[in-house]
Amino acid sequence: MLRFILTRVSLIIPTFIGITLLTFFLIRLVPGDPIETMAGERGIDPARHELLRKEYGFDRPILVQYGIYIARVLQGDLSKSVITQAPVLDEFLALFPATIELAVCAILFALVIGLPAGILAAVRRNSIFDHGVMGISLAGYSMPIFWWGLILILLFSVQFDLTPVSGRIDVLYYIEPVTGFLLIDSLFFSEDEGAFRSALAHLILPTIVLGTVPLAVIARMTRSAMLEVLGEDYIRTAKAKGLSRFRIIALHALRNALIPVVTVIGLQVGVLFTGAILTETIFSWPGVGKWLIEAIFRRDYPVLQGGVLLLGIVVMTVNLLVDLAYGLINPRIRHTR
Amino acid sequence: MKKSALFAAICVPAFLAAAPLAAKTLVYCSEGSPENFFAGINTTGTTFDVTGQIYSRVVDFERGGTQVVPGLAEKWTVSPDGLVYTFNLRKGVKWHSNKNFKPTRDMNADDIIFTLERQWKQEHPFFKVTSSNHTYFDDMGMPKLLKSIEKVDDYTLKITLNQPEAPFLSDLAMEWAAIQSKEYADAMLKAGSPEKVDQEPIGTGPFYLLQYQKDAVVRFKAFDQYYGGKAKIDDLVFSITPDPSVRWAKLQKGECHVMPYPNPADLDAMKKDPNVTIMEQAGLNVGYLAYNTTKKPFDDVRVRKAFNMAINKKAIIDSVYLSTGVAATNPIPPSMWSYNETVKDDAYNPEAAKKLLAEAGVSNLETDIWAMPVQRPYNPNAKRIAELMQADLAKIGVKAEIKSFEWGEYRKRLQAGEHQTGMIGWTGDNGDPDNFLHTLLGCDAAKSGGNTAKWCHKPFDDLVVKAKVTTDQKQRTELYKQAQVIFKEQAPWFTIAHAVQLKPVRKEVVDFKLSPFGRHTFYGVDIKGK
Repeated sequence: MLRFILTRVSLIIPTFIGITLLTFFLIRLVPGDPIETMAGERGIDPARHELLRKEYGFDRPILVQYGIYIARVLQGDLSKSVITQAPVLDEFLALFPATIELAVCAILFALVIGLPAGILAAVRRNSIFDHGVMGISLAGYSMPIFWWGLILILLFSVQFDLTPVSGRIDVLYYIEPVTGFLLIDSLFFSEDEGAFRSALAHLILPTIVLGTVPLAVIARMTRSAMLEVLGEDYIRTAKAKGLSRFRIIALHALRNALIPVVTVIGLQVGVLFTGAILTETIFSWPGVGKWLIEAIFRRDYPVLQGGVLLLGIVVMTVNLLVDLAYGLINPRIRHTR
Repeated sequence: MKKSALFAAICVPAFLAAAPLAAKTLVYCSEGSPENFFAGINTTGTTFDVTGQIYSRVVDFERGGTQVVPGLAEKWTVSPDGLVYTFNLRKGVKWHSNKNFKPTRDMNADDIIFTLERQWKQEHPFFKVTSSNHTYFDDMGMPKLLKSIEKVDDYTLKITLNQPEAPFLSDLAMEWAAIQSKEYADAMLKAGSPEKVDQEPIGTGPFYLLQYQKDAVVRFKAFDQYYGGKAKIDDLVFSITPDPSVRWAKLQKGECHVMPYPNPADLDAMKKDPNVTIMEQAGLNVGYLAYNTTKKPFDDVRVRKAFNMAINKKAIIDSVYLSTGVAATNPIPPSMWSYNETVKDDAYNPEAAKKLLAEAGVSNLETDIWAMPVQRPYNPNAKRIAELMQADLAKIGVKAEIKSFEWGEYRKRLQAGEHQTGMIGWTGDNGDPDNFLHTLLGCDAAKSGGNTAKWCHKPFDDLVVKAKVTTDQKQRTELYKQAQVIFKEQAPWFTIAHAVQLKPVRKEVVDFKLSPFGRHTFYGVDIKGK
């Protein structure tokens, strides 16, 4: 087990280098630089442009810049945003809880609906329910996030007045971040009774939008994994032993079917962060997705490099944990290599 | 049954999510986060909207206008040679305070000197704090213009210029000149955290900053001791909402009171909403097609004129700007002083255009039309406009290829003069015609890049340079009017349109005024029924 963990952790190093290389060089391949972007229509005097490039270190050979960047990263310094001048790590830490809060709610939403839907679809194979679940999940998977978000806003917020339009909490609640997770902060650190309810209400639509694609994937994956397991000999044996249908499905079939599903859930973390970019923009959700998009538009190199690197580390860590979770779900799997 | 229980579990919190009772609170759905709180290094309206509530300036623009009015200076005098400005500062102007700083004195001349010198003098301890990219200070020519800034006494300040500069007062009314506290700066420098001055702002403006959460909210509170008297609203909240359709949904629901930059597709629905008023004002901007006058055949005025006559401007306005633009004749917008109404636009006449091209000896011309890849305040869809222009030019036998680049690259190449014809535009900074006519069409700007037509025409340049150093507004008006006549004769641009500024505002908002600069200031604004 320890050897497995060490092998997996050592694999993180080349991935880490790959991320730094990709983000560092790709953003620099895009024409323009942050100084030009800031100048806008007015342009910038070439002499001053050169002076500022020098000040930011953009005039140095690109490999030297990369070397300096890596040396700083290894010391835990992700540099400062060219636009806001705030440390990248501080900005990330301030925004990341919002993304995590939304991502956790979205994955819970996807699991709570996707797992039972997939199981039922498998159990009632070829029924109307099965076709319905598969059809809806395919539609959900193909749904453009931006369009889906706006439709939900128009329907639930504007038309039926059931949910707030956007944001994390009603702007009239003044809550100083303690943990950064607004559900926790509003519940435990706010004296306003309605703050928690407001935070919860604000989560509904973004959760549905962000959770739709993982929900579709989980439902489809659960169905196919369950179908495969339900055809196994040991299930037939269980049936022959006279076990209840519930027991066969919940204890015997589901546990084995969950292995590929857990893998997919792990992979969905990356999908969630990608989806968060659009979801956060539609719902004015102050998370890292929106922050990174803005960094691309403004050519804010340090933010993009640091932000993608930190998100990469999070995705890698989650996937490692998922791999470790296999052993817990199915004792037949032992991490020996 | 189970399904309805789940639905109720999800929706009940929404029904019960009652907002707390608040004092008079105005919510503005802003389009983005401020970069930081030091206006001197920023160029975006998004940041200026925030700093504009917190800081005051030596002089100000009147609310909803371009006229310069007293700010921190009660009055001022200008020496007859236009070189020395003496400002008499208000007494008893109070500074905001925060957890790190409690002011011990009122605003005085030291603060103004500090603000200007931190952007001017490289040896100043704050020159490089946050950033040394003092864009506007440099762009308005301050480093060359300023000779000295002297404190006569605590409440009298003397600024001496190297040469007369008529728009100097307008320049000082701009956001870059937002006055910061020297006492606060000294305290933070001593504490080893000078950057705090630009992150946790202390100003003398009508609102002080209560909370800022990036990409979420900027919260202000009315400053009781504001020298102009307390604001009519108690709390001001910027709810950061980047998507225009979502801003509109929030405005409809009453989750915000004012929103900027509506989506043109939503305008019809906005007009029908009984709770919303759409405020409208001709913007201080111009969109145009610049002919590169250093390249053949555009060095020939007849070719430029022929192009101007070949392009159907009305069709562009009707089909691209819709109700959000007015045809542009002059390079300055009609709302600006010195606008010359007697100048007539080149009439659409393809036949005359053909003749003029033949007269210039140009046939089978192949050229390019550069179109911006992005929507800008003065041009909603450059690529569509380019297509219309291309079709019009084909009618007079000109084959035009549409080109576009990534936005940063586009500006860089255009300013370098790589184009033959290229679309671009401008939004005014200080309400002075100099900011259009000299900045975009002067000989200096042809070298530095702002003059994308690369047009350096001495008779025109002489007029705008003279107007720049003339302090008498009547004389300046006359000079600018003559300059506009020359501009039209020489046709370095095809002037497209001045975009109209549209601002959806809820009906309970009282006395909100549109700023010609596109700023959003909430001092003086009230809310009905609260």
